Amino acid sequence: MGTVAAAAVDAPAIPGPIPAPELIPALIPPPATAPSPRRADIAAALRDSASVGLGLVPLGLAFGVVVTHAGLPWWCAVLFTSTVYAGSLEFLLVPLAVAAVPLATVALTAFLVNVRHVFYSLSFPLHRVNGRLAKAYSTFAMTDEAYALSTADNARDWHGRRIVWLQVLLQLYWVLGATVGALLSTLIPSSLNGLDFAMTALFTVLALDALRDRQKDLPTPVLAVLSALIARWLFPEQFLLAAFVLFTAGLTARRLLAGTASRGSADA
Amino acid sequence: MPDTGYLFAAAGVAAAVTWALRALPFAALNALRSSAVVRDLSARMPAGVMVILLCYCLRDLPVTHPARLVAPLVALAVTVGVHLWRRSALLSIVGGTVVYVVLVNAVHLG
Repeated sequence: MGTVAAAAVDAPAIPGPIPAPELIPALIPPPATAPSPRRADIAAALRDSASVGLGLVPLGLAFGVVVTHAGLPWWCAVLFTSTVYAGSLEFLLVPLAVAAVPLATVALTAFLVNVRHVFYSLSFPLHRVNGRLAKAYSTFAMTDEAYALSTADNARDWHGRRIVWLQVLLQLYWVLGATVGALLSTLIPSSLNGLDFAMTALFTVLALDALRDRQKDLPTPVLAVLSALIARWLFPEQFLLAAFVLFTAGLTARRLLAGTASRGSADA
Repeated sequence: MPDTGYLFAAAGVAAAVTWALRALPFAALNALRSSAVVRDLSARMPAGVMVILLCYCLRDLPVTHPARLVAPLVALAVTVGVHLWRRSALLSIVGGTVVYVVLVNAVHLG
């Protein structure tokens, strides 16, 4: 699936065999007054991705620097971002790859870090995405950021093509950022620490935006923080898995209790 | 440095596990989509998930060394402040990260 992003990355660099822009109108019937649906989708996705999506560029730059400063070849930044495409796992994968740990350890780490995505299927709007290839790419590229953007309040009326283009752009920002970061990392002193704070800042922004959508729903963030604290305290090695299980169980219990307590009353 | 074959294999394994975790639950989910509990969960989960991921990033805050809390907490406050002020994700992320990098490296508070 990395080919989608790879092709997109390569596209601007191939001047020759691609038909010149002025030849294209001869092949396609000229558009009426409205722009073509595809162009409209891409334009909408560009706008949708402009805020959080562009935040992936500094994070990708940071990742590229981390890769080469750890002693891995620069192309590992391209390889990891285009195939694995799961930010926090990629950051973890760097020390694992440097240590050449067994592949079973890589698989277990990937499972534990990303098992949270199992819960995303409850709300990610994949049912709006049409076509096997689009669905396949959409699940492949269902990152935390893509999930946050396409489950937000203002994304309720986005159709499938707009969501998939958004995902393509997000991956493009991430791969390009990491590639540039890895190639330019020799200019950055290897003693420079703290670039990985970009990930903390990204999730701070995503949490603030998601909370703004649910201002009257105080129990949800309280339950989330409690789940995180309990997970940190009791299961520090399996923090994410424990926190997501506790949070989902807590939400379900709350919903079932509210259902029996106030049957029939609207529960936002 | 590990050899090229190993690096590709490691990336392939991590990619396969991640994609399976993202794609397979959808197959099981179609039957549940009409459930009111699942609909309620799906409306509330995004905000909680992002809060948990933020807590995960902050899980190793050195709470027993107050001096080393200065850089992360100031950078976090800058990120939140800039975001509430301008609502520009890029500005908030870059601002918070630059403050953190400067504090950790130049001021040696980290």
